[in-house]
Amino acid sequence: MKRLIASLALALPLALGFGWIDAAQAAGPATIEIDQFKFGPNDITVEPGTIVEWVNHDQTIHNIIVPAARVSSPGMDTGDHYTYKFDAPGDYPYLCGLHPHMTGVVHVKPRA
Amino acid sequence: MELLDSKLSRRRALTCLGAWSGAAVLWSVVGGVPRAYGKATDKDSARVSGFTFAQISDTHLGFHKEANPDVGGTLRRCIADLNALPHAPAFIAHTGDITHLSKPAEFDLAEQMLGEIRVDRIHYVPGEHDALDNGLSGYLQRHGSQGNGKAWYSFDDHGVHFVGLSNVVDFEAGKMPTLGDEQLSWLEQDLAGRSASTPIVVLAHIPLWTVYEKWGWGTADSPRALASLRRFGSVTVLNGHIHQVMQKVEGHVAFHTAMSTAYPQPAPGAAESPGPLTVPAGELGRYLGTRELHVVRGKSLLATVDRPIAGAADVAGVRS
Repeated sequence: MKRLIASLALALPLALGFGWIDAAQAAGPATIEIDQFKFGPNDITVEPGTIVEWVNHDQTIHNIIVPAARVSSPGMDTGDHYTYKFDAPGDYPYLCGLHPHMTGVVHVKPRA
Repeated sequence: MELLDSKLSRRRALTCLGAWSGAAVLWSVVGGVPRAYGKATDKDSARVSGFTFAQISDTHLGFHKEANPDVGGTLRRCIADLNALPHAPAFIAHTGDITHLSKPAEFDLAEQMLGEIRVDRIHYVPGEHDALDNGLSGYLQRHGSQGNGKAWYSFDDHGVHFVGLSNVVDFEAGKMPTLGDEQLSWLEQDLAGRSASTPIVVLAHIPLWTVYEKWGWGTADSPRALASLRRFGSVTVLNGHIHQVMQKVEGHVAFHTAMSTAYPQPAPGAAESPGPLTVPAGELGRYLGTRELHVVRGKSLLATVDRPIAGAADVAGVRS
């Protein structure tokens, strides 16, 4: 149920913002769920200053590597969260440092 | 050639397993040819003569999820089996993922528990779970002496040249892991002066052949490593990582992946993800333990089993 609520919370701003996650107006950070070795959503666009949160729902550990931001999260066990604030505009591909086939991208750009 | 009937072997395996949910593979080097035997306590292992060593992999100490809430207990069972061998192995080869989270306490627990195996040395290679947070620093503090601070090394034992490799750091998005140029150059130099008749055993965590690229189960630059191994008459590559037994032979090179002592993973592509496989209560041991292994007399390599072993295979009645 928690996952369903989280998914709905994520889907609403996506639906309203045509792919944008408007964290500035949201109650919390833009959330990316990790489930079955996949990031969901794995391609998001946010405004500068947005905090992006990854939440691990898998039974095994994952971490987040964002090479362009020189970010390497600690290992995230089941239920663990990791957040990073994206200030500078740009495209930020990321991966799981344990399972490099798990990839995603965060696009950071000002709303036109 | 004498092969144990596969149905009998499987039935025996299921009978013997009971609550068993961990496994170690016993290896013997006879006439310079490594041979794999089944579960360490299988009575066939009593026939092993010559130089023997055991392989343990993917102990994942620190894991405590549904797939196996007691990885310490299953490892203890494995250790007890090794200590019950009629012929003690010369050493243990641990093919990585010693810990689950690279925590100092997990490394300490591993040292304590694996220290209960009645051997005088354990050779390690790192898994990606041993390289979290601070890279390989925690691993190298404990196991880096053999490689003078590097995660790769070699040594000779009973006429066999052993090589330990690391393919668990510097992952790139969407690509399979790599060994890297520095390590590959070292490997080429290490092998350069050796006779082609020297038996070679390679230890590495992630398979050195592409088991399933979609899940990252392979090593992108392994062809260069294999090119330097190809001239040798007997090469055995021992891997872990995928928590199940698979085998493949290419020329004189035999590849083997090992069971985990912690939890099973699905056969390649058989599930949505390669995550820990939760099996029905009471079946964990059978799931991990069933294995069939065939050794053909007169062949320099183990017979090819180029297929996933989706079930269990613990006791493979091996005769040669």
